[in-house]
Amino acid sequence: MKLRQFFPLLFVALLGHATIAAGQPAAQSIILASTTSVENSGLLAHILPAFTKETGITVHVLAQGTGQALQTAARNDADLVLVHDPDAEEKFIAAGDGTDRRQIAWNDFIVVGPRSDPAHIAGSHDAVAALKAVADAQAPFVSRGDKSGTDALEHRLWRVAEIDPAKTGGGSWYRDIGGGMGAALNAAQAMNAYTISDRGTWLSFGNKGDLTVLVEGDPSLLNRYHVILLNPAKHPVPKQDLARRFAQWLLSPEGQAAIGEYKVHGEQLFHPSAAQPK
Amino acid sequence: MFDVWAALGTPEFVHIVGLSLTVSLSATAIAAALGLPCGAALAICRFPGRRLVILLANALLGLPPVVVGLALYLMLSRSGPLGALALLFTPGAMVIAQALLATPIITALAHRAVEEPWREYGGALQVEGASLLRSIRVLLAIVRRSAVTAVLAGFGRTISEVGAVLIVGGNIAGYTRIMTTTIVLKTSEGELGLALGLGFVLIGISIAVSAGAFVLWER
Repeated sequence: MKLRQFFPLLFVALLGHATIAAGQPAAQSIILASTTSVENSGLLAHILPAFTKETGITVHVLAQGTGQALQTAARNDADLVLVHDPDAEEKFIAAGDGTDRRQIAWNDFIVVGPRSDPAHIAGSHDAVAALKAVADAQAPFVSRGDKSGTDALEHRLWRVAEIDPAKTGGGSWYRDIGGGMGAALNAAQAMNAYTISDRGTWLSFGNKGDLTVLVEGDPSLLNRYHVILLNPAKHPVPKQDLARRFAQWLLSPEGQAAIGEYKVHGEQLFHPSAAQPK
Repeated sequence: MFDVWAALGTPEFVHIVGLSLTVSLSATAIAAALGLPCGAALAICRFPGRRLVILLANALLGLPPVVVGLALYLMLSRSGPLGALALLFTPGAMVIAQALLATPIITALAHRAVEEPWREYGGALQVEGASLLRSIRVLLAIVRRSAVTAVLAGFGRTISEVGAVLIVGGNIAGYTRIMTTTIVLKTSEGELGLALGLGFVLIGISIAVSAGAFVLWER
């Protein structure tokens, strides 16, 4: 083939792309910055089709950590957020970035670790005591280290325990991987380490290996998900109305029912709580 | 591997493969349209700063995708200078990112390929009074085999890339999710077998496209 025959081909390739771009519903879509725990657990894929069918609005989901999701929204690059770190959320609202923060669901965090359980924390209902035991035993512990909601919860627990894990016993047992929940679980599985996970990601995670749930049922392990709209005064995002419709749908009886009926391996992952926030 | 075969037939997967190919082929086409003539022109033209441009094209062969992605993110962000284009988290942004990565590769390789024939035929072309555009066309036609390799190297960069498209595309299901970002996602979900299976599919598709193009142009 001659080189000049190449250019019509090139044109076709470009045209093909233009067609794809044109085929997308540009006006009726919003960007939801959310956390890996609600996206990777399959919850959003389960509930979004019903919303899209009812309203014609497509929701594009960015699965990031809570810290990154709030940053994305603060840069105007998302239309609303669905996150789970109360402290960071309050700061986001206080900074004038967010408004109308509403709880849509809850579940809980759990401490998982190897069945051999070198720190002997199995069956405990006290997360802080369990972390103290892990630090005392200097058993390997995987930290997300990514400013996500789960990472924030972990650091809150260490503060309550009055332990600075990175500086305890040389710190080589404490492994900050700077990754998402799945990456942390993969790492913990490979290193026979403890880690803290949200229950949704844990239940749908496919590489549990020797890991098992060791600590659960501590009130301090409560995991609350809030939807927050962007403050139009600071973020004149063009799709505020569409974003509000989605937030209202999440809080509506249909949205709440869709959240509650989502199950993985027969277990309910998220408990709807718009009517009675926890 | 049963999971992989089950996953392959789904409409989601067909969309993912189609988008991967569309994005990478578009980016390669843009990079070739820019890089081939620019590389040839660099071999032909003499202008101040030429050596610097050549040095730059070669130095940028190792451009880190994640940095390109981040820089492009800041440009395309709604609060960035190009925010009005509303390209962030769209396939268009992914095409731009990959084109930025592939253009230096194709430029540098095209420049290298055209240097030699220019020394050989440059005099004749100048005597003939050929314009720059005609010189570029004649020389690229002479080195077309090397040019194909340059374009395939560019395609190889785009189809295998994940760092930049993850940042500017956002890995949105059914919209900007492509092969490489799906593999990252499946790995993070602990579906390691499925991730590896998809990896083999990606390798197969990449080889098939490159081999197909090679055979087509070698004839």
